[in-house]
Amino acid sequence: MAGLGVLLRKELLEQWRTLRLPLVAIVFLLIGFLSPLLARFTPEILRAVGGGLINLELPPPSAGDAIDQLAKNLGQLGALIAILLAAGAVATEKDRGTAALLLTRPVGRAGFLVAKLVAIGITLAISTAVAVAAAWFYTLVLFEQLSPGGTVAAAVMNWLALLAWAAITLLASTLTRSALAAAGIGFVALILIGILGIVPAIAPWLPTGLAAAARALWLGVPGPEAWTPIVGTLLLIAACLVLAWLAFRRQEL
Amino acid sequence: MSASVVASAAAPAEPAGALGISTRDLTKRYGSILALDGLSLEVPAGSVFGLLGPNGAGKTTTLRVLTGLARATAGTATVAGVEVGLDRPDLRRRLGYLDQDPRFYPWMRGRELLELTGRLSGLEQPELGRRVLDMLDLVGLRAAAERRIGGWSGGMRQRLGIAQALIHRPTVVFLDEPVSSLDPEGRRDLLDLIAGLRDATTVVLSTHLLADVERVCDRVAILDRGRLVTEGPLEELLAKHARPLFLLDPEAGQDDAVEGLVGRLAAAPWATDVSTLAGGRIRVSAGDADAASAAILPLVAEAGVRLVAFERARPTLEDVFLELVGPPGPDDLDGRGFVRPREVAS
Repeated sequence: MAGLGVLLRKELLEQWRTLRLPLVAIVFLLIGFLSPLLARFTPEILRAVGGGLINLELPPPSAGDAIDQLAKNLGQLGALIAILLAAGAVATEKDRGTAALLLTRPVGRAGFLVAKLVAIGITLAISTAVAVAAAWFYTLVLFEQLSPGGTVAAAVMNWLALLAWAAITLLASTLTRSALAAAGIGFVALILIGILGIVPAIAPWLPTGLAAAARALWLGVPGPEAWTPIVGTLLLIAACLVLAWLAFRRQEL
Repeated sequence: MSASVVASAAAPAEPAGALGISTRDLTKRYGSILALDGLSLEVPAGSVFGLLGPNGAGKTTTLRVLTGLARATAGTATVAGVEVGLDRPDLRRRLGYLDQDPRFYPWMRGRELLELTGRLSGLEQPELGRRVLDMLDLVGLRAAAERRIGGWSGGMRQRLGIAQALIHRPTVVFLDEPVSSLDPEGRRDLLDLIAGLRDATTVVLSTHLLADVERVCDRVAILDRGRLVTEGPLEELLAKHARPLFLLDPEAGQDDAVEGLVGRLAAAPWATDVSTLAGGRIRVSAGDADAASAAILPLVAEAGVRLVAFERARPTLEDVFLELVGPPGPDDLDGRGFVRPREVAS
């Protein structure tokens, strides 16, 4: 993959200069801080909102609730951000003509795509690490200390799920010339895979299966097998990249 | 623009007689639109080659196919001895390309853009640093090098485009309308630069500015609606296609007599075109130079017109162009002023 290192450097500089990396990291930091807070104070908020008119019997909040809240936020808002990060990656470069600037150089198209996904992956990795670190710290303050090893494993699995949404959207971005269309395809894929997640035979292999496995690892409790969704998600990411390359290598710019 | 810097933009000289570019029956269709129709060309290595034609003639399509940005529907082409194709890094190592509307990353600085394109073309430090500075000097952008490109003018972006096309000393350079956003001084400098690349680099210059082509090109191809109309050395084309041309400059204040003279000239059997230019001069294009030379002054005398000057003018490329392509009629143009492409059954 000729030029991969040079292209990756350009992509990372772009992530920084266009403020994508710092903005996404700040949003993820807020998600990380707010998730344990919401878990801790939701029962009290509900009681206060009810004004004593509704007699709610809620179990006492736990570290598991904080993790569930974080997983839900990363699975929704985080996934949406991953889709938006990848939507314009190729489509906008084709539309604006900057892809032609790079691809009239001795650069392979595979390298062009891999650099894009790796750069988005690094942005998501830094942001996920920030979110999980913040959630770990607030969970420690409000509930209990979670195992550092489980925390790292959960961070990696949550990141892998986000990378899968980005890879699907990168494929869409390669197939179209519109970032909006690519984002739409990514969003539809997110919903479709969510629906497929209710099919027992398929569910363990999907990126949506990573959250439950990550939760079990983080809390140190028995849970679903972690390797199945990891392997399934890695295969999905690889398939998206290969399909994107097969399409891109035949495209006129 | 210093001579040493111009020389440093060029690649090592090609062996004499080698071909820089060769195309055979190159055809490009977009659905039912025939953008390029069986183009066969041979461009000698080290020549400056002008690709001429009205808007929509197929010039940009030709460059896009030759640079690997578009795929030919039929036919073959080689650039610097490498067969063209979409995903061909070995082809692109040898070529430089300036788009007619060069686009860059607005968040990037000018120096960074040249470093990026230089690195992608295989340059490494310390040569890369030297080439970046040379190119910035060459196009007069040294002072703006640390500013973000997003705030640059169209002319500055075009000059940056030229610098990135030349940074790696390509064997073949494709320049699509390279002077369209330049001021007169920048245009003159660029044409000097192109002339300085001759012999060492094959330059293909796509333009509709005929004066620029006359100034720097060794050979010219004229395209019209995707077809090659003619191709050859500039002087040969002028000798072959340009009709003899005479210019008459009447004294002022003889409007009626001049009108009569124009009518007499237009009625002459050897006259192919008679028109009145700005300032009252009369331009006479003739099919038979000898007959015209013998007949014009007697016709002037008959019409009673007093002349300030009478000359046989050197035909220009514009005359050749108009002779071969002709001005498009109103039905030939689309809403953007482009010549309508030919449509074929898809």
